[in-house]
Amino acid sequence: MKQKLKSYNTQTYLAYALIAPAALYIVLIVAWPLLETIRLSFTNSSLAGEDYVGFENYQKMLSSKKFNGIVTRTFVWMFFSVSLKLIIGLIGAVLLNANLKGRSIFRVLVMPPWVVPIAIGMLGWLWLYNGYFGIIAGVGMRTGILDGPFGFLAYKQSAFISTIIADVWVGTPMVTVFFLAAMQGVPRDLYEAAYCDGASRWDRFFKITLPQITPVIITMSLLSAIWTFNSFEIIWILTEGGPRGATTTLIIDTYKQALGNYKFGRGAARAVVVMILLTLFAGFYLALLARINKKISHE
Amino acid sequence: MTFILLPFVEMFYASLRPLDHLFRSPYQFYSDDLSFWAYREMWKTVPMLPRYIFNSFFLASVTSLITLLFVIPAAYSYARFRFPFKNSSLYILLAINMFSGAVLLIPLYKVLRTFGLLNTYQAMIVPGVAFLIPTAIWLLKSYFEKIPIDLEEAAFVDGASRVQILRHIIAPLSTPGLVVVGIYAFIGSYAQQFLFAITFNQKKEYMPIPSGLYEFIGYTTVKWNEMMAASLVGIAPVLIIFLFLQKYIVAGLTSGAVKN
Repeated sequence: MKQKLKSYNTQTYLAYALIAPAALYIVLIVAWPLLETIRLSFTNSSLAGEDYVGFENYQKMLSSKKFNGIVTRTFVWMFFSVSLKLIIGLIGAVLLNANLKGRSIFRVLVMPPWVVPIAIGMLGWLWLYNGYFGIIAGVGMRTGILDGPFGFLAYKQSAFISTIIADVWVGTPMVTVFFLAAMQGVPRDLYEAAYCDGASRWDRFFKITLPQITPVIITMSLLSAIWTFNSFEIIWILTEGGPRGATTTLIIDTYKQALGNYKFGRGAARAVVVMILLTLFAGFYLALLARINKKISHE
Repeated sequence: MTFILLPFVEMFYASLRPLDHLFRSPYQFYSDDLSFWAYREMWKTVPMLPRYIFNSFFLASVTSLITLLFVIPAAYSYARFRFPFKNSSLYILLAINMFSGAVLLIPLYKVLRTFGLLNTYQAMIVPGVAFLIPTAIWLLKSYFEKIPIDLEEAAFVDGASRVQILRHIIAPLSTPGLVVVGIYAFIGSYAQQFLFAITFNQKKEYMPIPSGLYEFIGYTTVKWNEMMAASLVGIAPVLIIFLFLQKYIVAGLTSGAVKN
């Protein structure tokens, strides 16, 4: 009897057989293309055909000033976007966790930017940013802050900021919900004890809530950094990387090279850079996850 | 809050205003003749709109069903069996999740072209499924883990076959989990339609709502009010589904992530 039971969850071949379809699918659609991208990056592949060119794509890419600018810009863009998402997400989660009237409605209302297809949400932003007819420019003109029409996506700096704001709009709900879930997981008695000791609201937040949810904050910052790094549709729809390259991030540049100009080889070289950076992020994330799990299991 | 809802309000407001008011300068906050006219007219301006809406639904449904087909056995296996490389392969799945479709577009484009799948429904479904599988496995695994293994073992000892266990114990108990993961996949594929659709498909009859609408933005006279009306109609179904099920979706997504 015991013997039979023991075998119930150790039938390795069955375990693998059940996983095999999903694993094969991913190998075919994700893993193989990753390898193919690496191979293509050493060729001058285009619609016409391909020849092996060695490191030429990389040499050209790394020696071009433009490319270095794009990498720097990607990180600046990412830094602001992720920081804003985390700060707004934290404030939002605190508010949604507080005992306010109608918070269950607000909890639902936070989610739409995440649920709605990005492409459609961006249609709303396109109109908001419109220099003549959008409500932001409209209010600005009416109140006299702007002395004429102002196209937010038409100038380098304002386009850069505008795309960050739209990206924050899309990314914050997810962050908020995760923070909120973490806050609700903080044991009640910790707060009650602090309350009895006369701790103020601030104290309770900084000495109990914040330390308790730190693992989630760290995880979310990394995940959010990865998602932000990968952000494509938002910038593509709002500016296509313009004006004059002001919002061209690595992902946008990769797409433009590969499928705008059909220079697969050059695009692939950029994709490899993206892959290396993502692998670094992912490795960092997984190492962190393993450490947090270890810590939890120790406690 | 204002920040979150502003784009939607603006879209809705723009959809109610007649075109010449929309383009009036200086900016006017109020138009005296708001109407739902655009909601009637849009079907003429965008004649393919019903088709786009159908496509969006069709693509999202097929994508999520296929995802479930692949994910159910895999997630069950991860939840119940012990085997070599279990943890490492789970982490690899997480890592795969971090590569966005954009990086893989080049080889995918070539593959789809070789198999003659460009400009078909499959061109959008095949890559869509791949990017939903990892998260779906993690989510469903945590649901399966909540089903007490004692139940299965008791039945097993009593001589029930695996198929019987699956039918009489696992299937009924995991229905809520399957629904949540299915909806996650549906919303996910509804949202990710844009990138694959603009890259792998040029045929109007296969376009989902987002890329179908963006076709019109390139034109010189964009009827913005109708565009907005059409997008709102396009996103209404997902929003409604989400509103009804948001509690389960949010709980499902966070329980997996926070715990792990």
